[in-house]
Amino acid sequence: MEYLLQMVNISKTFGEVKSLHNVNFEVGYNEVVGLLGDNGAGKSTLVKIITGYHRPDPGGQIFWKGQPVDVMTVAKARELGIEVVYQERALADQQSLWRNIFMGRELSNRFGVLDVEGMRRETARLMQSHMGFTSKAITPDSTVKTMSGGERQGVAIVRALYFQAELIILDEPTMGLSLSETRKALDFVNGIKEASKSAIFIDHNIFHVYPVADRIVVLDRGQVKGQFFKDQITLDNLIAKLQHVAQTGRLE
Amino acid sequence: MNRVGEIEKFSAEIPSETARGKLSRFVRRYAMQIGIVLVGVLVWLLFLIGSPKTFLSFPIYAAYMSTTPFFALMALPLTLVIITGEIDLSFPSIMAFGMTVYALVLVSTGSHILAFIACMAAGLVAGLINGVIVVRIGIPSLVATIGTQFFWRGVVLVITGGNGTGLTSAIGGVLHTGLVGRLFGLIPAQMIWTIIVAILVWFFLNRHRFGAHVYLSGDNVESARLMGVNVPRVKTLVFAIMGVAAAFAGVVVSLEVLYFWPTLGEGYLLSTLSSVFLGGTSVFGGTGTVFGTLVASFIIGAINAGIVAAGLTGFWTQLIYGLIIVMSVSLQTVLSRRLR
Ligand SMILES: Nc1ncnc2c1ncn2[C@@H]1O[C@H](COP(=O)(O)OP(=O)(O)O)[C@@H](O)[C@H]1O
Ligand SMILES: [Mg+2]
Repeated sequence: MEYLLQMVNISKTFGEVKSLHNVNFEVGYNEVVGLLGDNGAGKSTLVKIITGYHRPDPGGQIFWKGQPVDVMTVAKARELGIEVVYQERALADQQSLWRNIFMGRELSNRFGVLDVEGMRRETARLMQSHMGFTSKAITPDSTVKTMSGGERQGVAIVRALYFQAELIILDEPTMGLSLSETRKALDFVNGIKEASKSAIFIDHNIFHVYPVADRIVVLDRGQVKGQFFKDQITLDNLIAKLQHVAQTGRLE
Repeated sequence: MNRVGEIEKFSAEIPSETARGKLSRFVRRYAMQIGIVLVGVLVWLLFLIGSPKTFLSFPIYAAYMSTTPFFALMALPLTLVIITGEIDLSFPSIMAFGMTVYALVLVSTGSHILAFIACMAAGLVAGLINGVIVVRIGIPSLVATIGTQFFWRGVVLVITGGNGTGLTSAIGGVLHTGLVGRLFGLIPAQMIWTIIVAILVWFFLNRHRFGAHVYLSGDNVESARLMGVNVPRVKTLVFAIMGVAAAFAGVVVSLEVLYFWPTLGEGYLLSTLSSVFLGGTSVFGGTGTVFGTLVASFIIGAINAGIVAAGLTGFWTQLIYGLIIVMSVSLQTVLSRRLR
């Protein structure tokens, strides 16, 4: 079976710390994978290898649509259509909404002169059609620091979809969000699925991952401890297993 | 390619809004700029009331337009440096270093044009060195540029032995006329240059990809980098531009007084920095406007003239500029916390 993304035997060592041990991980086409694990399990490290931010230790392999990727760099990952919505601030707070949407990919002519009107217009359109901003108080020129956490995640996700991302990675998108804001962020994850794209959804809260993921991969202390297809396990069962992993470091 | 956009059927119609709403948004968006203009008008009114005879005649403005560019020419590009979240304190010494190279080339070739070109190159090199130390080696720019400030001043003093160079041979030449001549016998050329530089910096900051990346690098380095902005290149470039601007300002000052003093630049640190901060650029990076810096430069210039007109000694200048810097950065920080 061909996957959108397949990672084989990936390890990562930072000095003395081995953050990932021989991890095998894959994401299918139009699949939302939940990556679950405690703080320090290695979730962010895995993601940063996928996006080319970190180089894995020698011996591992990464495949994209069945083709081996020799060296994953940030530029390569973007070219392939991998987009991240990081748990750290994904947006530049003091900049306008349109500058955030087009961050690093500004519409410009070949001399680098910006098409400001074009970017404003596109932003206004995306706001209405995808972000659900109905309030007149928010315009493409509003700075994002006035927006709520859920809205900001929405901006980051819509940005990724707009730029034809194939695989959107959400690193703890619900961190620090209120209940209703979390629901908004989760709605955006469903939007990815509807747009026929794939996603990796990272969280340490099973209650957030379970409703939106097709498959859940459990990472613990740098190792994949198991994976579950949502249609094959109930939430209660999964919770019990997770508790067991947390206590013993083993699934069974 | 199916961009989300192209799947969409309906087009955006921004609901039309009341004139009042528009006005209040305009005021909020340009609060900083409106504020700085009001401060400027206020300062001017104070002077006008204090000394109507002086401030209702042209000569004071001519003098003003000749000296304010000396630091405005550097405050404009320094705005870029500070927006990226960095600082440059070495530019006063780079002014002198550039002019030292100028003097050397002038003495050996007799050509002011060649001397000018060499001077610009020297400024570029000095700026690039700042960039490399900050970006590649990773030294905080505050420390790095204090270091290079002393270094370049040292280089200047060692080479010149503390002796200046007369520049009277420049009179009548293209360079002298072009940089510090008087347009229609009235307006100092350096004033025109300041406006040109302001327009250029504004354009690149607001209407060019480079400027977009300047803002992003200062606002959120992490996400800028993750979104593919080449932050090291952006920062190196702003330091390089700053170096060239400092060398250029050095030439303008020296040609205006027709003499190169090895102490050139001393005294411009405060006026340049206070122009940027009074103009509303954040010390934390990420925000700032060219318009604010330009208007603030002229306010600083006016205060300078006011201090002299009021018969206060130069000792007051430091006190007042220091106060302006501290007050404007504190006020900005408090206000931006409120507006959140
Ligand atoms: N850049 C780094 N340098 C050194 N250690 C790191 C680095 N990044 C992550 N680690 C370590 O790797 C482990 C996994 O971290 P991380 O991937 O951030 O976990 P998670 O995202 O699951 O909370 C932790 O022990 C962390 O301290
Ligand atoms: Mg993490």
